[in-house]
Amino acid sequence: MGKLSDRVATILLWFIGLSILAILFWFLYRILSQGLPHLAPRFVFGMPEEILPGGGVGPQLFNSFYILLLSLAISIPLGIGAGVWLAEYAKKHWFTDLIRLSTEMLASVPSIVFGLFGMLVFVTVLGLGFSIIGGALTLSLLNLPILVRVTEETLRGLPGSYREASAALGATKWQTIKSVLLPTSLLGLITGITLVAGRALGESAILIFTAGVSVSRFAPDFNVFASGETLSVHLWYVLSEGLVPDAREIAEGSAALLVLVILIINLCLALPFRYWYRRSSGR
Amino acid sequence: MSKRTDRLMRGVFIASATFVSIIIFSIILFVGKQGVQTFRDVSPAEFFFSTDWTPLENRYGALVFILGSFLLTGLALLFAVPFAVGGAIFLAKYAPSWVREILRPAVDLFVGIPSVVYGLVGLTVFVPWIGKATGTAGFGVLAAALILAIMILPTILSVSEDALRTISRSLEEGSYALGATRWQTIRLVLLPAASPGVLTGIILGMGRAIGEAMAVQMVIGNAPLLPTGPGSPTSVLTTEIVKDMPNSIFGSTVNNALFLMSLVLLLVSLVLILLIRVIASRREV
Repeated sequence: MGKLSDRVATILLWFIGLSILAILFWFLYRILSQGLPHLAPRFVFGMPEEILPGGGVGPQLFNSFYILLLSLAISIPLGIGAGVWLAEYAKKHWFTDLIRLSTEMLASVPSIVFGLFGMLVFVTVLGLGFSIIGGALTLSLLNLPILVRVTEETLRGLPGSYREASAALGATKWQTIKSVLLPTSLLGLITGITLVAGRALGESAILIFTAGVSVSRFAPDFNVFASGETLSVHLWYVLSEGLVPDAREIAEGSAALLVLVILIINLCLALPFRYWYRRSSGR
Repeated sequence: MSKRTDRLMRGVFIASATFVSIIIFSIILFVGKQGVQTFRDVSPAEFFFSTDWTPLENRYGALVFILGSFLLTGLALLFAVPFAVGGAIFLAKYAPSWVREILRPAVDLFVGIPSVVYGLVGLTVFVPWIGKATGTAGFGVLAAALILAIMILPTILSVSEDALRTISRSLEEGSYALGATRWQTIRLVLLPAASPGVLTGIILGMGRAIGEAMAVQMVIGNAPLLPTGPGSPTSVLTTEIVKDMPNSIFGSTVNNALFLMSLVLLLVSLVLILLIRVIASRREV
Protein backbone atom coordinates (compact mmCIF):
# COMPACT_ATOMS: atom_id res chain seq x y z
CA MET A 1 0.00 0.00 0.00
CA GLY A 2 2.64 2.47 1.10
CA LYS A 3 4.90 1.27 -1.70
CA LEU A 4 2.19 1.79 -4.33
CA SER A 5 1.28 5.32 -3.23
CA ASP A 6 4.99 6.11 -3.12
CA ARG A 7 5.41 4.99 -6.72
CA VAL A 8 2.29 6.89 -7.87
CA ALA A 9 3.54 10.04 -6.13
CA THR A 10 6.96 9.73 -7.76
CA ILE A 11 5.42 9.44 -11.21
CA LEU A 12 3.02 12.32 -10.55
CA LEU A 13 5.75 14.64 -9.24
CA TRP A 14 8.01 13.85 -12.19
CA PHE A 15 5.09 14.60 -14.47
CA ILE A 16 4.46 17.96 -12.74
CA GLY A 17 8.15 18.88 -12.81
CA LEU A 18 8.54 18.05 -16.46
CA SER A 19 5.31 19.80 -17.45
CA ILE A 20 6.46 22.99 -15.69
CA LEU A 21 9.71 22.75 -17.64
CA ALA A 22 7.72 22.14 -20.82
CA ILE A 23 5.39 25.11 -20.18
CA LEU A 24 8.33 27.43 -19.54
CA PHE A 25 10.20 26.35 -22.65
CA TRP A 26 7.10 26.41 -24.81
CA PHE A 27 6.42 29.93 -23.59
CA LEU A 28 9.93 31.15 -24.37
CA TYR A 29 9.98 29.38 -27.73
CA ARG A 30 6.61 30.83 -28.69
CA ILE A 31 7.64 34.42 -27.91
CA LEU A 32 11.03 34.20 -29.59
CA SER A 33 9.97 32.19 -32.65
CA GLN A 34 7.08 34.55 -33.39
CA GLY A 35 8.93 37.74 -32.59
CA LEU A 36 12.53 37.33 -33.71
CA PRO A 37 11.71 37.40 -37.47
CA HIS A 38 10.29 40.92 -37.01
CA LEU A 39 13.48 42.26 -35.46
CA ALA A 40 14.95 44.00 -38.52
CA PRO A 41 17.07 47.11 -37.80
CA ARG A 42 14.28 49.24 -39.30
CA PHE A 43 11.93 47.90 -36.62
CA VAL A 44 14.30 48.02 -33.66
CA PHE A 45 15.63 51.52 -34.33
CA GLY A 46 12.93 53.04 -36.56
CA MET A 47 10.28 55.62 -35.70
CA PRO A 48 6.75 54.41 -34.89
CA GLU A 49 3.78 54.96 -37.19
CA GLU A 50 0.31 56.10 -36.08
CA ILE A 51 -1.81 54.70 -38.90
CA LEU A 52 0.47 53.14 -41.52
CA PRO A 53 2.11 49.73 -41.20
CA GLY A 54 5.86 49.27 -40.88
CA GLY A 55 6.46 51.43 -37.81
CA GLY A 56 9.45 50.84 -35.54
CA VAL A 57 10.05 51.00 -31.81
CA GLY A 58 13.31 52.98 -31.67
CA PRO A 59 12.10 55.79 -29.38
CA GLN A 60 10.27 53.32 -27.13
CA LEU A 61 13.41 51.24 -26.73
CA PHE A 62 15.38 54.38 -25.89
CA ASN A 63 12.73 55.54 -23.41
CA SER A 64 12.70 52.14 -21.69
CA PHE A 65 16.39 52.40 -20.88
CA TYR A 66 16.32 56.13 -20.17
CA ILE A 67 13.46 55.81 -17.66
CA LEU A 68 15.10 52.71 -16.15
CA LEU A 69 18.42 54.52 -15.63
CA LEU A 70 16.76 57.62 -14.17
CA SER A 71 14.66 55.53 -11.81
CA LEU A 72 17.73 53.57 -10.69
CA ALA A 73 19.64 56.81 -10.14
CA ILE A 74 16.85 57.96 -7.83
CA SER A 75 16.19 54.71 -6.01
CA ILE A 76 19.67 53.19 -5.57
CA PRO A 77 21.04 55.81 -3.13
CA LEU A 78 17.80 55.86 -1.13
CA GLY A 79 17.39 52.09 -1.12
CA ILE A 80 20.99 51.39 -0.15
CA GLY A 81 20.85 54.14 2.48
CA ALA A 82 17.76 52.67 4.10
CA GLY A 83 19.20 49.14 3.85
CA VAL A 84 22.46 50.22 5.50
CA TRP A 85 20.53 51.83 8.31
CA LEU A 86 18.44 48.69 8.89
CA ALA A 87 21.48 46.40 8.83
CA GLU A 88 24.09 48.47 10.65
CA TYR A 89 22.42 51.06 12.87
CA ALA A 90 18.88 50.02 13.75
CA LYS A 91 18.27 48.54 17.17
CA LYS A 92 15.18 46.61 18.19
CA HIS A 93 12.83 49.50 18.58
CA TRP A 94 9.35 50.55 17.46
CA PHE A 95 10.84 52.85 14.83
CA THR A 96 12.85 49.99 13.30
CA ASP A 97 9.72 47.85 13.21
CA LEU A 98 7.88 50.69 11.50
CA ILE A 99 10.56 51.00 8.79
CA ARG A 100 10.62 47.26 8.24
CA LEU A 101 6.82 47.07 8.03
CA SER A 102 6.82 50.04 5.64
CA THR A 103 9.31 48.29 3.36
CA GLU A 104 7.18 45.14 3.27
CA MET A 105 4.03 47.18 2.65
CA LEU A 106 5.69 49.11 -0.15
CA ALA A 107 6.82 45.85 -1.74
CA SER A 108 3.23 44.60 -1.80
CA VAL A 109 1.62 47.65 -3.43
CA PRO A 110 0.10 46.64 -6.80
CA SER A 111 1.81 48.49 -9.62
CA ILE A 112 -1.44 50.00 -10.83
CA VAL A 113 -1.80 51.70 -7.44
CA PHE A 114 1.72 53.14 -7.84
CA GLY A 115 0.56 54.33 -11.25
CA LEU A 116 -2.44 56.18 -9.84
CA PHE A 117 -0.35 57.65 -7.02
CA GLY A 118 2.24 58.87 -9.51
CA MET A 119 -0.46 60.33 -11.72
CA LEU A 120 -1.97 62.11 -8.74
CA VAL A 121 1.23 63.46 -7.16
CA PHE A 122 3.86 63.82 -9.90
CA VAL A 123 1.73 64.34 -13.01
CA THR A 124 -1.12 66.41 -11.57
CA VAL A 125 -0.11 68.05 -8.26
CA LEU A 126 3.54 68.74 -9.13
CA GLY A 127 2.51 69.49 -12.71
CA LEU A 128 5.14 67.37 -14.43
CA GLY A 129 2.59 66.06 -16.96
CA PHE A 130 2.92 62.69 -18.67
CA SER A 131 6.69 62.75 -18.82
CA ILE A 132 9.86 60.72 -18.64
CA ILE A 133 10.65 62.21 -15.23
CA GLY A 134 7.13 61.51 -13.91
CA GLY A 135 7.49 57.89 -15.00
CA ALA A 136 11.01 57.55 -13.57
CA LEU A 137 10.01 59.02 -10.19
CA THR A 138 7.05 56.67 -9.87
CA LEU A 139 9.04 53.68 -11.08
CA SER A 140 11.71 54.36 -8.45
CA LEU A 141 9.06 53.72 -5.77
CA LEU A 142 8.67 50.19 -7.17
CA ASN A 143 12.45 49.61 -7.04
CA LEU A 144 12.90 50.99 -3.56
CA PRO A 145 11.68 48.13 -1.32
CA ILE A 146 13.61 45.46 -3.26
CA LEU A 147 16.81 47.50 -3.01
CA VAL A 148 16.32 48.02 0.73
CA ARG A 149 15.83 44.31 1.31
CA VAL A 150 18.75 43.21 -0.87
CA THR A 151 21.11 45.71 0.79
CA GLU A 152 20.06 44.69 4.27
CA GLU A 153 20.34 40.97 3.56
CA THR A 154 23.72 41.31 1.86
CA LEU A 155 25.19 43.39 4.71
CA ARG A 156 23.82 41.01 7.32
CA GLY A 157 25.52 38.14 5.51
CA LEU A 158 28.96 39.66 6.12
CA PRO A 159 30.92 38.26 9.08
CA GLY A 160 31.06 40.42 12.21
CA SER A 161 34.85 40.16 12.23
CA TYR A 162 35.00 42.64 9.31
CA ARG A 163 33.36 45.30 11.45
CA GLU A 164 35.45 44.48 14.51
CA ALA A 165 38.73 44.51 12.58
CA SER A 166 37.86 47.83 11.01
CA ALA A 167 36.83 49.34 14.34
CA ALA A 168 40.05 48.02 15.93
CA LEU A 169 42.02 49.98 13.33
CA GLY A 170 40.29 53.10 14.60
CA ALA A 171 37.81 53.52 11.76
CA THR A 172 34.52 55.25 12.46
CA LYS A 173 31.26 53.54 11.58
CA TRP A 174 30.91 55.44 8.30
CA GLN A 175 34.51 54.67 7.34
CA THR A 176 33.84 50.99 8.03
CA ILE A 177 30.68 51.04 5.88
CA LYS A 178 32.32 52.98 3.06
CA SER A 179 35.67 51.20 2.89
CA VAL A 180 34.90 47.69 4.14
CA LEU A 181 31.24 46.70 4.13
CA LEU A 182 29.93 48.24 0.89
CA PRO A 183 32.90 47.13 -1.28
CA THR A 184 32.72 43.54 0.01
CA SER A 185 28.96 43.38 -0.55
CA LEU A 186 29.22 44.82 -4.06
CA LEU A 187 28.42 41.51 -5.79
CA GLY A 188 25.25 41.02 -3.79
CA LEU A 189 24.19 44.58 -4.48
CA ILE A 190 24.78 44.22 -8.23
CA THR A 191 22.73 41.02 -8.32
CA GLY A 192 19.94 42.90 -6.54
CA ILE A 193 20.15 45.81 -8.96
CA THR A 194 19.87 43.51 -12.01
CA LEU A 195 16.80 41.95 -10.41
CA VAL A 196 15.27 45.40 -10.01
CA ALA A 197 16.30 46.45 -13.52
CA GLY A 198 14.61 43.45 -15.11
CA ARG A 199 11.39 44.14 -13.26
CA ALA A 200 11.42 47.86 -13.96
CA LEU A 201 12.14 47.34 -17.65
CA GLY A 202 9.01 45.22 -18.09
CA GLU A 203 6.74 47.44 -16.02
CA SER A 204 3.76 48.91 -17.81
CA ALA A 205 0.85 49.63 -15.45
CA ILE A 206 2.88 52.29 -13.62
CA LEU A 207 4.06 54.01 -16.77
CA ILE A 208 0.79 54.26 -18.71
CA PHE A 209 -0.47 56.81 -16.19
CA THR A 210 2.80 58.63 -15.58
CA ALA A 211 5.02 58.52 -18.68
CA GLY A 212 2.14 58.39 -21.14
CA VAL A 213 1.41 56.44 -24.31
CA SER A 214 3.10 58.66 -26.88
CA VAL A 215 6.67 59.51 -27.80
CA SER A 216 8.47 62.72 -28.63
CA ARG A 217 8.84 63.63 -32.30
CA PHE A 218 12.59 63.78 -31.77
CA ALA A 219 14.58 60.65 -31.12
CA PRO A 220 16.48 60.18 -28.96
CA ASP A 221 14.96 62.92 -26.80
CA PHE A 222 16.87 63.45 -23.55
CA ASN A 223 14.40 66.08 -22.35
CA VAL A 224 12.97 64.61 -19.14
CA PHE A 225 9.71 66.53 -19.61
CA ALA A 226 8.99 64.87 -22.97
CA SER A 227 6.39 62.15 -22.89
CA GLY A 228 8.03 58.76 -22.69
CA GLU A 229 6.18 55.68 -23.89
CA THR A 230 8.31 52.60 -23.21
CA LEU A 231 8.51 49.32 -25.09
CA SER A 232 6.25 47.42 -22.67
CA VAL A 233 3.65 50.17 -22.77
CA HIS A 234 3.87 50.26 -26.58
CA LEU A 235 3.24 46.51 -26.76
CA TRP A 236 0.03 46.96 -24.78
CA TYR A 237 -0.97 50.16 -26.55
CA VAL A 238 -0.77 48.88 -30.13
CA LEU A 239 -2.87 45.85 -29.22
CA SER A 240 -5.50 47.66 -27.15
CA GLU A 241 -5.88 51.11 -28.64
CA GLY A 242 -3.57 51.33 -31.63
CA LEU A 243 -4.79 51.97 -35.16
CA VAL A 244 -1.91 50.43 -37.09
CA PRO A 245 -2.83 47.37 -39.20
CA ASP A 246 0.32 45.48 -38.21
CA ALA A 247 -0.35 45.77 -34.46
CA ARG A 248 0.15 42.06 -33.89
CA GLU A 249 3.53 41.99 -35.66
CA ILE A 250 4.67 45.04 -33.67
CA ALA A 251 3.49 43.45 -30.42
CA GLU A 252 5.25 40.16 -31.18
CA GLY A 253 8.44 41.95 -32.16
CA SER A 254 8.34 44.10 -29.01
CA ALA A 255 7.71 41.04 -26.83
CA ALA A 256 10.70 39.20 -28.32
CA LEU A 257 12.85 42.31 -27.91
CA LEU A 258 11.82 42.69 -24.26
CA VAL A 259 12.46 39.04 -23.48
CA LEU A 260 15.79 39.21 -25.28
CA VAL A 261 16.91 42.24 -23.26
CA ILE A 262 15.86 40.54 -20.01
CA LEU A 263 17.65 37.34 -21.02
CA ILE A 264 20.79 39.33 -21.77
CA ILE A 265 20.61 41.17 -18.43
CA ASN A 266 20.19 37.84 -16.65
CA LEU A 267 22.88 35.99 -18.55
CA CYS A 268 25.49 38.72 -18.76
CA LEU A 269 25.13 40.19 -15.30
CA ALA A 270 23.22 38.12 -12.82
CA LEU A 271 24.40 34.59 -13.59
CA PRO A 272 28.20 35.11 -13.75
CA PHE A 273 28.01 37.25 -10.64
CA ARG A 274 26.01 34.63 -8.81
CA TYR A 275 28.50 31.96 -9.86
CA TRP A 276 31.49 34.05 -8.87
CA TYR A 277 29.83 34.98 -5.60
CA ARG A 278 29.15 31.34 -4.76
CA ARG A 279 32.69 30.32 -5.58
CA SER A 280 34.35 33.15 -3.69
CA SER A 281 32.20 32.50 -0.63
CA GLY A 282 33.07 28.83 -0.83
CA ARG A 283 29.50 27.51 -1.11
CA MET B 1 36.36 65.94 11.10
CA SER B 2 35.69 62.25 10.56
CA LYS B 3 33.42 62.29 13.64
CA ARG B 4 31.31 64.96 11.97
CA THR B 5 31.08 63.03 8.69
CA ASP B 6 30.15 60.00 10.73
CA ARG B 7 27.27 61.81 12.38
CA LEU B 8 26.21 63.37 9.09
CA MET B 9 26.10 59.99 7.31
CA ARG B 10 24.14 58.49 10.15
CA GLY B 11 21.58 61.23 9.56
CA VAL B 12 21.55 60.50 5.84
CA PHE B 13 20.85 56.81 6.50
CA ILE B 14 18.06 57.53 8.97
CA ALA B 15 16.57 60.01 6.51
CA SER B 16 16.48 57.42 3.69
CA ALA B 17 14.88 54.87 5.99
CA THR B 18 12.30 57.40 7.12
CA PHE B 19 11.64 58.30 3.49
CA VAL B 20 10.53 54.71 2.75
CA SER B 21 8.00 55.02 5.54
CA ILE B 22 6.80 58.42 4.37
CA ILE B 23 6.24 57.06 0.85
CA ILE B 24 3.95 54.20 1.82
CA PHE B 25 1.92 56.36 4.15
CA SER B 26 1.55 59.11 1.57
CA ILE B 27 0.39 56.53 -0.98
CA ILE B 28 -2.32 55.38 1.44
CA LEU B 29 -3.17 58.98 2.27
CA PHE B 30 -3.28 60.42 -1.28
CA VAL B 31 -5.04 57.49 -2.93
CA GLY B 32 -7.38 57.15 0.06
CA LYS B 33 -8.25 60.84 0.19
CA GLN B 34 -9.01 60.93 -3.52
CA GLY B 35 -10.97 57.69 -3.28
CA VAL B 36 -13.25 58.52 -0.37
CA GLN B 37 -14.43 61.63 -2.20
CA THR B 38 -16.57 59.19 -4.17
CA PHE B 39 -18.84 59.02 -1.14
CA ARG B 40 -19.90 62.64 -1.65
CA ASP B 41 -21.93 61.46 -4.66
CA VAL B 42 -22.29 57.71 -4.16
CA SER B 43 -23.40 55.87 -1.04
CA PRO B 44 -21.02 53.19 0.31
CA ALA B 45 -23.90 50.69 0.04
CA GLU B 46 -24.22 51.38 -3.69
CA PHE B 47 -20.46 51.21 -4.35
CA PHE B 48 -19.86 47.99 -2.46
CA PHE B 49 -23.14 46.11 -3.05
CA SER B 50 -24.53 47.18 -6.43
CA THR B 51 -23.53 45.41 -9.63
CA ASP B 52 -24.67 48.26 -11.84
CA TRP B 53 -21.66 50.17 -13.22
CA THR B 54 -23.04 52.77 -15.66
CA PRO B 55 -21.08 55.98 -15.04
CA LEU B 56 -22.90 57.80 -17.86
CA GLU B 57 -26.13 57.46 -15.87
CA ASN B 58 -24.45 58.09 -12.51
CA ARG B 59 -24.60 54.52 -11.28
CA TYR B 60 -21.39 53.45 -9.64
CA GLY B 61 -21.77 49.92 -8.29
CA ALA B 62 -18.38 48.19 -8.07
CA LEU B 63 -19.49 44.80 -6.77
CA VAL B 64 -18.87 43.11 -10.14
CA PHE B 65 -15.22 44.19 -10.06
CA ILE B 66 -14.66 43.31 -6.41
CA LEU B 67 -16.22 39.86 -6.80
CA GLY B 68 -14.45 39.44 -10.13
CA SER B 69 -11.05 40.16 -8.58
CA PHE B 70 -11.52 37.53 -5.90
CA LEU B 71 -13.02 34.98 -8.29
CA LEU B 72 -10.18 35.43 -10.77
CA THR B 73 -7.53 35.21 -8.05
CA GLY B 74 -9.17 32.08 -6.64
CA LEU B 75 -9.26 30.40 -10.05
CA ALA B 76 -5.64 31.32 -10.77
CA LEU B 77 -4.59 29.84 -7.42
CA LEU B 78 -6.62 26.71 -8.13
CA PHE B 79 -4.63 26.16 -11.34
CA ALA B 80 -1.26 27.28 -10.02
CA VAL B 81 -0.98 25.89 -6.48
CA PRO B 82 -0.97 22.13 -7.27
CA PHE B 83 1.64 22.63 -9.97
CA ALA B 84 3.72 25.07 -7.94
CA VAL B 85 3.77 23.02 -4.74
CA GLY B 86 4.25 19.78 -6.68
CA GLY B 87 7.05 21.44 -8.63
CA ALA B 88 8.65 22.64 -5.40
CA ILE B 89 8.60 19.11 -3.94
CA PHE B 90 9.99 17.75 -7.20
CA LEU B 91 12.81 20.31 -7.23
CA ALA B 92 13.67 19.89 -3.58
CA LYS B 93 13.45 16.10 -3.24
CA TYR B 94 13.16 14.28 -6.58
CA ALA B 95 14.94 16.17 -9.34
CA PRO B 96 18.45 15.01 -10.25
CA SER B 97 20.90 17.87 -10.07
CA TRP B 98 21.06 18.47 -13.83
CA VAL B 99 17.27 18.97 -13.98
CA ARG B 100 17.50 21.36 -11.04
CA GLU B 101 20.31 23.31 -12.72
CA ILE B 102 17.97 23.98 -15.68
CA LEU B 103 14.65 24.36 -13.91
CA ARG B 104 15.67 26.69 -11.09
CA PRO B 105 17.17 29.46 -13.29
CA ALA B 106 14.29 29.02 -15.76
CA VAL B 107 11.80 29.62 -12.94
CA ASP B 108 13.77 32.67 -11.77
CA LEU B 109 13.78 34.02 -15.30
CA PHE B 110 10.00 33.77 -15.51
CA VAL B 111 9.53 35.99 -12.47
CA GLY B 112 11.16 38.71 -14.57
CA ILE B 113 9.15 38.34 -17.78
CA PRO B 114 7.00 41.46 -18.32
CA SER B 115 3.29 41.10 -17.69
CA VAL B 116 2.42 42.51 -21.13
CA VAL B 117 4.32 39.58 -22.67
CA TYR B 118 2.17 37.16 -20.67
CA GLY B 119 -0.83 39.14 -21.87
CA LEU B 120 0.25 38.80 -25.49
CA VAL B 121 0.59 35.02 -25.19
CA GLY B 122 -2.80 34.87 -23.49
CA LEU B 123 -4.32 36.91 -26.29
CA THR B 124 -2.78 34.95 -29.14
CA VAL B 125 -2.96 31.43 -27.65
CA PHE B 126 -5.49 30.99 -24.83
CA VAL B 127 -8.21 33.30 -26.14
CA PRO B 128 -8.48 31.51 -29.53
CA TRP B 129 -8.38 28.08 -27.82
CA ILE B 130 -11.16 28.95 -25.39
CA GLY B 131 -13.09 30.63 -28.20
CA LYS B 132 -12.98 27.47 -30.26
CA ALA B 133 -13.88 25.23 -27.34
CA THR B 134 -16.83 27.28 -26.09
CA GLY B 135 -18.07 28.87 -29.31
CA THR B 136 -17.54 32.40 -27.98
CA ALA B 137 -14.96 35.11 -28.62
CA GLY B 138 -12.85 33.47 -25.91
CA PHE B 139 -12.22 36.62 -23.87
CA GLY B 140 -13.05 36.11 -20.23
CA VAL B 141 -12.19 34.89 -16.81
CA LEU B 142 -10.76 31.52 -17.90
CA ALA B 143 -8.15 32.99 -20.23
CA ALA B 144 -7.20 35.50 -17.53
CA ALA B 145 -6.95 32.82 -14.83
CA LEU B 146 -4.75 30.59 -17.01
CA ILE B 147 -2.32 33.38 -17.81
CA LEU B 148 -2.25 34.53 -14.17
CA ALA B 149 -1.59 30.96 -13.07
CA ILE B 150 1.53 30.84 -15.26
CA MET B 151 2.59 34.25 -13.90
CA ILE B 152 2.31 33.34 -10.22
CA LEU B 153 3.60 29.78 -10.52
CA PRO B 154 7.31 30.78 -10.30
CA THR B 155 6.68 32.93 -7.19
CA ILE B 156 4.87 30.18 -5.28
CA LEU B 157 7.29 27.52 -6.48
CA SER B 158 10.49 29.27 -5.46
CA VAL B 159 9.22 30.36 -2.02
CA SER B 160 7.87 26.85 -1.33
CA GLU B 161 11.07 25.20 -2.47
CA ASP B 162 13.13 27.41 -0.16
CA ALA B 163 10.82 26.43 2.70
CA LEU B 164 11.22 22.71 1.92
CA ARG B 165 14.99 23.02 1.70
CA THR B 166 15.45 24.74 5.04
CA ILE B 167 13.81 21.92 7.03
CA SER B 168 16.37 20.17 9.17
CA ARG B 169 17.52 16.86 7.75
CA SER B 170 17.06 15.09 11.07
CA LEU B 171 13.26 15.31 10.68
CA GLU B 172 13.49 13.55 7.33
CA GLU B 173 15.97 10.95 8.55
CA GLY B 174 13.85 10.24 11.62
CA SER B 175 10.89 9.54 9.38
CA TYR B 176 12.87 7.18 7.13
CA ALA B 177 14.22 5.41 10.21
CA LEU B 178 10.64 4.68 11.23
CA GLY B 179 10.19 2.88 7.92
CA ALA B 180 8.18 5.56 6.08
CA THR B 181 8.40 5.73 2.28
CA ARG B 182 9.61 8.89 0.54
CA TRP B 183 6.07 10.02 -0.23
CA GLN B 184 4.87 9.34 3.33
CA THR B 185 7.80 11.36 4.63
CA ILE B 186 6.95 14.26 2.33
CA ARG B 187 3.22 14.19 3.04
CA LEU B 188 3.35 13.62 6.80
CA VAL B 189 6.61 15.28 7.84
CA LEU B 190 8.09 17.69 5.30
CA LEU B 191 4.95 19.39 3.99
CA PRO B 192 3.51 20.09 7.47
CA ALA B 193 6.89 21.42 8.61
CA ALA B 194 7.18 23.62 5.50
CA SER B 195 3.56 24.74 5.53
CA PRO B 196 4.21 28.29 6.86
CA GLY B 197 6.65 28.86 3.99
CA VAL B 198 4.34 27.32 1.41
CA LEU B 199 1.47 29.42 2.71
CA THR B 200 3.64 32.56 2.48
CA GLY B 201 4.39 31.67 -1.15
CA ILE B 202 0.70 31.21 -1.89
CA ILE B 203 -0.18 34.55 -0.30
CA LEU B 204 2.57 36.29 -2.29
CA GLY B 205 1.18 34.71 -5.45
CA MET B 206 -2.30 35.81 -4.46
CA GLY B 207 -1.10 39.39 -4.00
CA ARG B 208 0.52 39.33 -7.41
CA ALA B 209 -2.62 37.89 -9.04
CA ILE B 210 -5.07 40.35 -7.51
CA GLY B 211 -2.88 43.35 -8.36
CA GLU B 212 -2.03 42.37 -11.93
CA ALA B 213 -3.54 44.77 -14.43
CA MET B 214 -2.12 44.66 -17.93
CA ALA B 215 -1.98 40.95 -18.70
CA VAL B 216 -5.52 40.50 -17.40
CA GLN B 217 -6.84 43.57 -19.20
CA MET B 218 -5.67 42.16 -22.53
CA VAL B 219 -7.64 38.89 -22.25
CA ILE B 220 -10.63 39.42 -19.96
CA GLY B 221 -12.96 41.19 -22.40
CA ASN B 222 -13.60 44.28 -20.24
CA ALA B 223 -17.38 44.29 -19.85
CA PRO B 224 -18.76 45.36 -16.45
CA LEU B 225 -20.82 42.16 -16.11
CA LEU B 226 -20.61 39.16 -13.83
CA PRO B 227 -19.14 36.19 -15.71
CA THR B 228 -21.70 33.59 -16.83
CA GLY B 229 -19.23 31.12 -18.32
CA PRO B 230 -15.54 30.59 -19.07
CA GLY B 231 -15.82 32.59 -22.29
CA SER B 232 -17.98 35.52 -21.20
CA PRO B 233 -16.29 38.92 -21.00
CA THR B 234 -16.04 40.44 -17.54
CA SER B 235 -13.96 42.97 -15.60
CA VAL B 236 -11.99 43.11 -12.38
CA LEU B 237 -10.80 46.05 -10.25
CA THR B 238 -7.46 46.50 -12.00
CA THR B 239 -8.78 46.19 -15.54
CA GLU B 240 -11.61 48.64 -14.95
CA ILE B 241 -9.08 51.20 -13.70
CA VAL B 242 -6.92 50.71 -16.81
CA LYS B 243 -9.95 50.94 -19.08
CA ASP B 244 -11.76 53.94 -17.59
CA MET B 245 -8.91 56.07 -16.22
CA PRO B 246 -7.76 57.57 -19.56
CA ASN B 247 -11.34 58.63 -20.42
CA SER B 248 -12.22 60.27 -17.13
CA ILE B 249 -11.58 63.79 -15.92
CA PHE B 250 -9.58 64.27 -12.73
CA GLY B 251 -11.93 65.08 -9.84
CA SER B 252 -15.07 63.68 -11.50
CA THR B 253 -17.10 61.02 -9.70
CA VAL B 254 -15.98 58.22 -12.04
CA ASN B 255 -12.38 59.23 -11.52
CA ASN B 256 -12.81 59.25 -7.74
CA ALA B 257 -14.54 55.87 -7.88
CA LEU B 258 -11.54 54.46 -9.75
CA PHE B 259 -9.27 55.79 -6.99
CA LEU B 260 -11.57 54.14 -4.46
CA MET B 261 -11.17 50.84 -6.32
CA SER B 262 -7.41 51.18 -6.16
CA LEU B 263 -7.74 51.91 -2.43
CA VAL B 264 -9.63 48.60 -2.09
CA LEU B 265 -6.77 46.85 -3.94
CA LEU B 266 -4.21 48.56 -1.74
CA LEU B 267 -6.00 47.55 1.46
CA VAL B 268 -6.33 43.93 0.30
CA SER B 269 -2.57 43.84 -0.42
CA LEU B 270 -1.79 45.29 3.00
CA VAL B 271 -4.01 42.69 4.70
CA LEU B 272 -2.09 39.98 2.81
CA ILE B 273 1.21 41.38 4.11
CA LEU B 274 -0.13 41.36 7.65
CA LEU B 275 -1.17 37.72 7.16
CA ILE B 276 2.38 36.83 6.10
CA ARG B 277 3.68 38.60 9.22
CA VAL B 278 1.32 36.62 11.44
CA ILE B 279 2.47 33.36 9.83
CA ALA B 280 6.12 34.34 10.23
CA SER B 281 5.73 35.31 13.90
CA ARG B 282 3.99 31.97 14.65
CA ARG B 283 6.92 30.17 13.06
CA GLU B 284 9.35 31.82 15.45
CA VAL B 285 7.54 30.55 18.54
